[in-house]
Amino acid sequence: MKHMKKLALLGLTAVMSLSLLAGCGGTTGNAETPDAGETTPATESQAPAGETTPAAGEFTTVEAGKLHMSTNAAFPPYEMIKDDGTFEGIDVEVAAAIAEELGLELVVDDMGFDAALLAAQNGQSDMVMAGVTVTEERQAVMDFSESYATGVQVVIVKEDSPIQTVDDLATAEMIGTQVATTGYIYCSDTPENGGYGEDHVTAYESGALAVQALINGKVDAVVIDNAPAQEFVAANEGLKILDTEFAVEDYAIGVKKGNTALLDAINGALNKLIEDGTVQSIVDKYIAAE
Amino acid sequence: MQEFWMDAVRKFNLAFVEGDRWKLYLQGLGVTLQLTVFALIIGIILGVVVAVIRTAHDQQRPGRRRSFALGVLNLICKVYITVIRGTPMMVQLLIWGFVIFKTSRDQTMVGIIGLGINSGAYVAEIVRGGLMSVDVGQMEAGRSLGLNYLDTMRFIVIPQAFKNILPSLGNEFITLFKDTSLVSAIGGTELVYYSGAVGAKTYEYMFPYLGIAVMYLVFVMILTWLLGILERRLRQSDRR
Repeated sequence: MKHMKKLALLGLTAVMSLSLLAGCGGTTGNAETPDAGETTPATESQAPAGETTPAAGEFTTVEAGKLHMSTNAAFPPYEMIKDDGTFEGIDVEVAAAIAEELGLELVVDDMGFDAALLAAQNGQSDMVMAGVTVTEERQAVMDFSESYATGVQVVIVKEDSPIQTVDDLATAEMIGTQVATTGYIYCSDTPENGGYGEDHVTAYESGALAVQALINGKVDAVVIDNAPAQEFVAANEGLKILDTEFAVEDYAIGVKKGNTALLDAINGALNKLIEDGTVQSIVDKYIAAE
Repeated sequence: MQEFWMDAVRKFNLAFVEGDRWKLYLQGLGVTLQLTVFALIIGIILGVVVAVIRTAHDQQRPGRRRSFALGVLNLICKVYITVIRGTPMMVQLLIWGFVIFKTSRDQTMVGIIGLGINSGAYVAEIVRGGLMSVDVGQMEAGRSLGLNYLDTMRFIVIPQAFKNILPSLGNEFITLFKDTSLVSAIGGTELVYYSGAVGAKTYEYMFPYLGIAVMYLVFVMILTWLLGILERRLRQSDRR
């Protein structure tokens, strides 16, 4: 028993030091935000003395001369991997245009959707562009640009499914979603909040896997954004999209909270691109005008 | 400093208290333990059977005609061990989940089968090592006293072998317990799945992930402790 106590102590110490380390990461992160005229407290000795806050209008990126965009490239037509391993899609092209406006080189970092959000939130990448819906909760942890597209969450079912309206979703035994997406968050909420409960929802690593699960009969319906849903339904026999939409939302670019200089630069470039029709022509290229 | 603690408390509440999220972790922990226990049972049964076949084949008396049936069984076991040990656990789980049992809705069951069959290959080699470590003289002595092959195995060889392999067997069980976390990749609702789910809802991953790390650690420590007791108990009559 004596042995166990020692072990327990060791474990506790390890956990505490871990959490302290994590805590430090948080504070340094905050220290980097440009604060207008506020003097840094004397206790924060770890802040590098030589660091200058960027002047108004100037912004810094994670890597000089490059614009890192984190995304989840399994979300056609917004982002997908080409056969040669490079990326394409609406988000990728809009990001490339923004990078060009800002005189930077675009670097696409592909990862899971949850990781892509977190990368921008923690400043591992400059921005996240992955068909990210602006929600109140997300606004609390990162800043968003102006919206550049409208996303519609729809429900995919098999053609002969008993689920024919969005209301029928309540009868679905299992709903497939993509991990960390708004579809997952809405669906897995408690029934009182308009969701269907954690027990009736499975989150898959990508939307494509969720659709695969639907085809194989692992789930009864998939809640996902309209644009990729169209692609998935076109690519697979026997699926259809319900006429009523699940939710309507705005897509925007997410940047690290407090990085106003970069956000302003991105917004400036984005507005210019929206005005001169570049964004629209990119969208038209991927989504056939109806 | 106070701000830091306030923030930590807020994040802790967000990760565990708010919306009764701790229930999700408990649910996940239940599935994790379920995966471990059942995969362990499959692994031990498979492992022992494979090990006995492999040793029986390898320890046939030299100069006598070799048994054909044993040769075939031995070949099957060898292929099984090669394939399972030669491919990553993650890939095996993805194949079980998305190829073989692609229509199953019970991801826990798929996870148990995948983990159990994986563990079996490792347990087989550990048990085989244990059986081989017991001197051939023990088997000969048992047989010459009139015990048949299985009885000699059961009463003389296996009890001695078991004591020898207990540490490595414990190692394998701990690995298996931690490998259950991979089942989240096929949608299994265990600890990692739910901590990721809480992170996705709260945009705060520190406490969900630290929390499950502590849970895994505590269970491994309990397992180590139990194995220690068993080992001491088995060594009671030892003179070494």
